Amino acid sequence: MARMKFICDAERCIECNGCVTACKNEHEIPWGVNRRRVVTLNDGVPGEKSISVACMHCSDAPCMAVCPVNCFYKTDEGVVLHDKDVCIGCGYCSYACPFGAPQFPSQGTFGVRGKMDKCTFCAGGPEANGSQAEFEKYGRNRLAEGKLPACAEMCSTKALLAGDGDVVADIFRNRVLKRNKGAEVWGWGTAYGSKQAGQQTAKAEGAKK
Amino acid sequence: MSVRTSTHIALGLCLLLGLSACGEKAQTLGTKNDAKPHTGAAAAFTAQGWKAGDPISWEQQLRTRAQYGQNDHSRSP
Repeated sequence: MARMKFICDAERCIECNGCVTACKNEHEIPWGVNRRRVVTLNDGVPGEKSISVACMHCSDAPCMAVCPVNCFYKTDEGVVLHDKDVCIGCGYCSYACPFGAPQFPSQGTFGVRGKMDKCTFCAGGPEANGSQAEFEKYGRNRLAEGKLPACAEMCSTKALLAGDGDVVADIFRNRVLKRNKGAEVWGWGTAYGSKQAGQQTAKAEGAKK
Repeated sequence: MSVRTSTHIALGLCLLLGLSACGEKAQTLGTKNDAKPHTGAAAAFTAQGWKAGDPISWEQQLRTRAQYGQNDHSRSP
């Protein structure tokens, strides 16, 4: 199994916010918290593009590096998860994340800045798979149910792809070959340091200089 | 045994006892023991067509689901 990854195909995203709604409904996320959101680039300018953004489950996750209480962990499938029993709601991860993924529900142990909440790639948390405790803290564990993230499965235009990195990259590559445009994958270079995203890795750039 | 030697021994024992109080338990925060997703979830909504506990079957299930649900090129004639 390769690493789990998200791809948002900006050529297909129609800014319907179906992914946002699917996510909020699936995990019963409270008001004021958005694990996923749709962002429009160059809004109002002809040729504007929209992308769906959430935690990208980075290969070298900066949130994990800065967490002072080490509440993050990465599963064998490459999903970055965290333990809410350990999180102190300091917000360092929020400053470190290039995607603005960490959310801080205002109702919680720490008042205005509660324990961090973010996209789990529908993989729950450290509690028992499918348990009520897991659902209440992290939402549904769809991966353990043999399903892919709700946001991607509900995407009406299939702009948002989620799953095994090799599989989703292959689906996206086929699309690009057929339409002959739109090969840029927003966020891939930042999250996975991939040349496939049209961005070179830091190592390759260093060698060039 | 002289008084001086016994005093030294007593002092040494006191020091040893004092140091033993420093043996505090480790308070490290390690990686959580999260169950693997292929072990399945005891949920009523579990997708059909794969066997919980079998990682190969779980991977195949996700691959099939990704192709069927997300690859419209493979579904169109």
